[in-house]
Amino acid sequence: MAATIAARGAPKASLKHRLAERGVDRLLLLLVPGVLALVLLFVYPFLYGLRLSFQPQQGSGVWANYRTFFTDSYLRDTIWITFKLALPAALVNVLASVPIAYQMLRNFRGKRLLIALLVVPIALGTVLTAEGLLEYFGPTQWFNRTLHALHLTSGPLQLVHNYTGVFASLIITGFPFAFLLTMSYLSGIDPALGRAAATMGAGWWQRFRHVTLPLLSPGLAITFCLSFVLAFSVFPSAQLVGDPSGSTHVISIAAYHAALEQFDYSMGSAIAVIMAVLMLIVIGLVLAWRSRLYRGATGGKG
Amino acid sequence: MTLASAQARPRRRIVASPGRWLIWALVAFFFVNLLGVIGTVVVNSLGRRWFSAWLPQGFTTHWYSDAWREFHLSDVLRVTLEVAVAVVVISVLIGVPAAYAMARRDFPLKRLVLLLFLLPVLLPPITYGIPMATVLYKFQLAGTLFGIIAANLVPTIPFVVLTMTPFIEQIDPRIEAAARMCGARTSSVMLRVLTPLLLPGVLAAGILVLVRTVGMFELTFLSSGDSTSTLVVALYYSVFSAGIRAQQSVDAMAVIYTGFMLVLLVVALRFINPTQLVTRVQDESART
Repeated sequence: MAATIAARGAPKASLKHRLAERGVDRLLLLLVPGVLALVLLFVYPFLYGLRLSFQPQQGSGVWANYRTFFTDSYLRDTIWITFKLALPAALVNVLASVPIAYQMLRNFRGKRLLIALLVVPIALGTVLTAEGLLEYFGPTQWFNRTLHALHLTSGPLQLVHNYTGVFASLIITGFPFAFLLTMSYLSGIDPALGRAAATMGAGWWQRFRHVTLPLLSPGLAITFCLSFVLAFSVFPSAQLVGDPSGSTHVISIAAYHAALEQFDYSMGSAIAVIMAVLMLIVIGLVLAWRSRLYRGATGGKG
Repeated sequence: MTLASAQARPRRRIVASPGRWLIWALVAFFFVNLLGVIGTVVVNSLGRRWFSAWLPQGFTTHWYSDAWREFHLSDVLRVTLEVAVAVVVISVLIGVPAAYAMARRDFPLKRLVLLLFLLPVLLPPITYGIPMATVLYKFQLAGTLFGIIAANLVPTIPFVVLTMTPFIEQIDPRIEAAARMCGARTSSVMLRVLTPLLLPGVLAAGILVLVRTVGMFELTFLSSGDSTSTLVVALYYSVFSAGIRAQQSVDAMAVIYTGFMLVLLVVALRFINPTQLVTRVQDESART
């Protein structure tokens, strides 16, 4: 009797044991709700959308939506328009945040307040920024008045309902984001390395170029990726401060328009898929470049 | 010490780096414009009439009561709070246990699970928001409170998992082992050992989720209908259909939204590091 139990129990116990050795035990049940929620709310809708995008409401053949997108110049140009907005905005945000974060490394009075103030535009979000820009950049408003009072311009500049307005809103919400990230990467680099280089006679540029920058680059790559994602999905500001049917007809507007205004869910999903693929390509390229960089234990948290 | 360095420095500070002045000028320029963007909205919401002048002709507060009535702000605020609180509670309840498992175990397919948690944070909300809105419409959940909460959970659960995992990793597992040695059952290990240790992290993650949910535009916009919308979506609609209402009452709503967010931020910054608002990067992981 005891022997049979042991015989029956032994393989089961050993399987459990073997699984536990590889890290599989009851503790993993804690993951179930999280994974389940994401599969239901994220993976399933995404796959559903992917399948839907191959069942076009207009046209024939599984690729009809994609063919329409790439043959219709109004739709195809959204890619170019989006890149023209998102790439410069992400680059400006990342490149501007490097020297500024470099300066902010030292301690000075009001540093905490300054950093806290930078969080404000992130928290306010794009909708409020758009509303503020609409007024602030208005023809008779403070910005144009100041330029006029300084005799820099003769007439009011047209800054909203075009590319400039959207670009400005991307900088206002995107720069603090890039800055805070760069700052956190930069403060992770051991300052002793810079001092060591200084004892060998390196000037500030050499210290920056040959010590800080190589350690910072992996972090900058991540910062660029996240800034790019943020700028690439520009939607509210392109609608509100932009020219949503012309010069800032970005890809997210096209997707929204197809899905929720024309109720062509199939086309909307197809555009969303194209958008995701484009973004993954850019992120993939940046990360591939990043993987060739030095990523040591000396501080850069990238 | 500060005195000595202050005396030693001034010459170097001014002469050595004109670049630094340029940088500070750039920062100042950014803040002046930011102030202008927020300032015009605030001033306009308090102004009587404002044409071609530096300031409005007179000041009044009646736009606030107008906005409150016209935009049904009491309903909107109620929905916003309901959504935000529900999202925080659910994503913490689901996310923290998952983060615990991710921090404590190495298991096959862990990278796949990690990818599942990373993707919603990496992809912009619009890309998965549109297919999700389609599914919500299919099950007739779009526009309901449930639909909005479900949509907002997609980025917040991974966010909690990703912020809490490094936090849990730094808690020494020997503390739990010691508690078990002393005869504690799983439930008391959870309640008396882990919970107090996790509380600061959970609080920080919860506040971050709260700020992100109240400010989340895209997902709420795509999944909400006309009847239920949160503050930021209501603001979008009123800005988008400019001209229907007085500009000042739209601005009054914008100021109410700003105030709401600033209160949240002030609370948030008491508990967390500003960099956490943008990522999961934690200073602790740098120090160790």
